[in-house]
Amino acid sequence: MKVKSAFFFVLLCLALIISSSSCFAQVSTSSDLLNNAKQYDGKTVNYKGEIIGDVMIRGDHAWLHVNDGSIAIGIWAPKTMIQDIGYVGDYHKKGDTVEVSGTFHRSCSEHGGDLDIHASEIKKITSGSSVIQPISRKKVYIGTFSLILVLLFYALKKFFQSRGDTSRI
Amino acid sequence: MILKPQVSEIKNIGYYLGRIILGIGFTMFLPFIAGLILFSEPNPALDFLISANIAIFIGLALSWLCKTDRDLHIGPAMVVIALSWLAAMALSAIPLLLSGHYKSFLDACFETMSGFTTTGLTLVQDLDHLSRTHNLWRHLGPFIGGQGIAIIAILFLVRGTSGSFNLYLGEARDEKLVPNVMHTARFIWAISIAYLILGTIVLGLVGMSIGLKPQSAFFHAACIFMAGFDTAGFAPQSPNILYYHSLMFEIVTIFFMVIGSFNFNLHYQIWTGNFKEIWKNIETRTLLLVIMIVTLITMAGLRQRGVYSDGMILFRKGFFQIISGQTTTGYMTIYAQQFIKEWGDLALTGIIIAMALGGCACSTAGGIKMLRVGIIYKAFRQDIKSVLLSPTAIVVQKFHHIKTMFIEDKQVRAVLIVTLGYFFLYGLGTLVGVGLGYPFLNALFESTSAAGNVGFSCGITDASMPAILKVTYIIEMWAGRLELMSVFALFGFFVAFVKGR
Repeated sequence: MKVKSAFFFVLLCLALIISSSSCFAQVSTSSDLLNNAKQYDGKTVNYKGEIIGDVMIRGDHAWLHVNDGSIAIGIWAPKTMIQDIGYVGDYHKKGDTVEVSGTFHRSCSEHGGDLDIHASEIKKITSGSSVIQPISRKKVYIGTFSLILVLLFYALKKFFQSRGDTSRI
Repeated sequence: MILKPQVSEIKNIGYYLGRIILGIGFTMFLPFIAGLILFSEPNPALDFLISANIAIFIGLALSWLCKTDRDLHIGPAMVVIALSWLAAMALSAIPLLLSGHYKSFLDACFETMSGFTTTGLTLVQDLDHLSRTHNLWRHLGPFIGGQGIAIIAILFLVRGTSGSFNLYLGEARDEKLVPNVMHTARFIWAISIAYLILGTIVLGLVGMSIGLKPQSAFFHAACIFMAGFDTAGFAPQSPNILYYHSLMFEIVTIFFMVIGSFNFNLHYQIWTGNFKEIWKNIETRTLLLVIMIVTLITMAGLRQRGVYSDGMILFRKGFFQIISGQTTTGYMTIYAQQFIKEWGDLALTGIIIAMALGGCACSTAGGIKMLRVGIIYKAFRQDIKSVLLSPTAIVVQKFHHIKTMFIEDKQVRAVLIVTLGYFFLYGLGTLVGVGLGYPFLNALFESTSAAGNVGFSCGITDASMPAILKVTYIIEMWAGRLELMSVFALFGFFVAFVKGR
């Protein structure tokens, strides 16, 4: 009986640990954060997404923006925390995907009321990459063909105008 | 009896429309060259080559088929303007659609109409990965549309003084800065380009000081200036002005939004040394007064809801949004959801009033305009005085706009018709929005933003919104920018074409 009770007790403890750790690691979406900003204000949140735009260094900190596929939120992080960042997303690159853990501010008193997250940890989930976009042959053909067509049309117009033959038009 | 338009009249319209379409086609070479040389983005650049060729082909064909030496009268000129804005919307949407960042051609058309009319509502998908070439075009749209599509045509492609002036009038510009319309067009572009250079340098330097790399800083600066001075509100990154997290950036942006909302006639006075005009002009006085009233309402609303605990933050956030709304720019330092979720009805009402009244006449701003608000106020005062004074007393009311003038009934009537037209537009979009199930205040907010060419969104404008609402907002933006008259002229032309004898 004692063994059974001890077994159930251990199971219960394990369940509690697993559930509490999954609560901590629960990732909030931008829509969650913006729609429930008051509830999240000042709380520690986990937010995951792609780094986009520019990393703006300000003294010993930096601003970066993490887009979770819907909205980009500003992250204020110490410079030491962003050294691992290799790619920042734009037209030419897919940015690193990171998970940010930090304090969410609905209206940050340190940053003029901006909605932001002050990062306490930034974990790189996947590394970004350069996006190679080969020149589209189809676009080259259509572009060249349409340009020739326009030039021919212009020449034709000039030709008829120089002959003063407007009856054909 | 309604008279059917004659063939010569239709040809006249076709010819001038063709010339304007040619102008639109040529402007597409700017992003084409920038995409190839500056940004190393060959595929986006090719999108513009293809689109430019299509536009130039249509423009050449129209101006050839409809060739005429007749000058353009006011009625047909208004039809030309209304059609040319629709043509600009459709042709400029081609490169955006080819970018793959728009879900449909309608979405791309929405974006270009929003750009040309200096509104700033957007349906772009994944803006943060959009090429710089396409982004440049998004921002060039307001710069072209803000000054006026016809103004470019007047400068380069259209002959005849009376026709040019009628085109100029058709684009809701009824003030000539100098007697010659060509010189007026030149001044408008000269001043805009001078400010573009100044704005790009200043914002670029601020951008570098806040951590942007030089190339990025100056690209952002050019884009933000074009959409700020032209009161459009587009930005190269999805968080809009919030992206920069900088008070200095916000202050400089506020400056350019405000001067962008000034009457070009006022700019002319300032540039020719008549600085006193700023304080004497009915528009600047009305603008100042309206901003003060709207600030009071909005701040009271924000304070009532306790949105911002700190007074400085309350002022910074509130004032930026008020100036952005009043100048009909639509730049935001908060997220769209925050308007509805946090700001509350009173603060939103303040912003709606600011958006509805708008900036100055003959500027890049939208809304009813300060000149009209000022004249309505003066006429109202004149009527009250007439009631209070002896019946034999003659009450005159003066106002100062470049020169001192007396208020006339004819003028007040014209002002009230346009004002009522704007209220009709605001109501139309609200009705459609409410009909589609959106809450009243949200629908009113978004509709006022579209028809007033502002660009603020409380979250309704989205690629997933019903197509009927997208079309309604496109019509509102178009009619709002042209101050309805050209749109009515086009409608009348079609009625005459169908029902005329």
